[in-house]
Amino acid sequence: MTLYLMCFALFLVGVYGLLTKRDLIKIILSLAIMGYAVNLFLILFAYKKDAIFPILLKNVAQSSMVDPLPQALVLTSIVIELGTTALLVALAIRLVQKYKTFDITKIRRLFG
Amino acid sequence: MNNSKQGMTLIVKTVTRVTVWLIVLYGIYLILHGHLTPGGGFGGGVILALAFLNIMLAYGREATQKWLNLKFLEDIEAVSATLFLFMGLLGIALGGRFLINFLPKGSPHALLSAGNIPILNILIGVKVAMSLFLVVWVLAGLHEEKGGQS
Amino acid sequence: MPVETWLTFILGFMILGSIVALEIRDILSSIVAIGVVGLGVSIAFLFLQAPDLAIVQFLFEIFALIILVRAFVKKDYHIETPARVNGFMVAISLLVLIAIFVSSISVFKLLPPFGQPLFETASHYVNYGTEETGAVNLVASIILDYRAYDTLGEVTVLFTAILGTITILRIRKGKDAGRKGA
Repeated sequence: MTLYLMCFALFLVGVYGLLTKRDLIKIILSLAIMGYAVNLFLILFAYKKDAIFPILLKNVAQSSMVDPLPQALVLTSIVIELGTTALLVALAIRLVQKYKTFDITKIRRLFG
Repeated sequence: MNNSKQGMTLIVKTVTRVTVWLIVLYGIYLILHGHLTPGGGFGGGVILALAFLNIMLAYGREATQKWLNLKFLEDIEAVSATLFLFMGLLGIALGGRFLINFLPKGSPHALLSAGNIPILNILIGVKVAMSLFLVVWVLAGLHEEKGGQS
Repeated sequence: MPVETWLTFILGFMILGSIVALEIRDILSSIVAIGVVGLGVSIAFLFLQAPDLAIVQFLFEIFALIILVRAFVKKDYHIETPARVNGFMVAISLLVLIAIFVSSISVFKLLPPFGQPLFETASHYVNYGTEETGAVNLVASIILDYRAYDTLGEVTVLFTAILGTITILRIRKGKDAGRKGA
């Protein structure tokens, strides 16, 4: 249970950054932290004690394996996370070029 | 060879000329053995993109542009994404369901096994490599364009 | 040492690293700290018997780091410039987050203990996966055979995101050319 709670704490650190930071880059980084926490939680939840990785080995009898299904889902999630990060970075570059600032409270004023 | 001032020093260029092939080889290995060992299309694709990126950083952007046809890379990306869909439609034609594994399975632990899983791995790897390299390419171009203006 | 001890250490390290990444003012240090947290996730995947994910997380972390550094680390921007939120607001949000954390403890107590998962659906994949698909790597057999439709959707999402990125980054060029022409 301690591990689950620590993973949730990592997620909350991401939420804290999202709430209190005004810098565009810090907001992108907070989203990345939240993504790590969610991925790690899914894999933590699927771990089976004394089980090994879900790949069959040659000439070795295997007792039990970890769930492969959450691993497949998290693989999808990691790839999509990189795509969204790239999109956010592109949007942030355009915002900074237009408004000449990284401060989101000033961007809200809509000039130009 | 182009020995202009673009890119990094001669040492870096020479080392890159040798090592980039090892990186490409490792990426191809990861993609082809995706159904046997950890790795697969996504990991191998990123390694291929990093190999292209290595060339771009060592030789500079304009020298790379001379021998690398970017339109062709975009075409490869779109075509591989379309071929993935085409494999699914072929599954309907030959197996009765979308994206069904219609090729012979082969024996486990052999390189040529698992039906169309290796084919899909190759398509995903090529697509990921091209798209990620294009993103970094466009970002680098933005950097230089902005530096030139100011 | 048991796996739990290692994982507790890695998770504590990651929490510390993410706090550093959010609080430090130098942007390059912040991005590097995020890279360290991502590599910590990769090591945790290794301990949790997921080598596939460890490789993919490692590589994608490196790539995200390259994108972030390439985009944001410039001569004119190394320090976080915007004014920070005042202490009162930070205190209130911290209080709310700590309240959420404390109230969630009772929910986490309902979960099964670490190492004894409830998932039963995947036993079919583990028992018959290699027979039915021929692939030894069961993760590959799931993402490319049983759930290949998911992967098709994923490829579509990645394609769209990259297309959007390239489109957004290329707007400026056309605009400048038009201005020069006029």
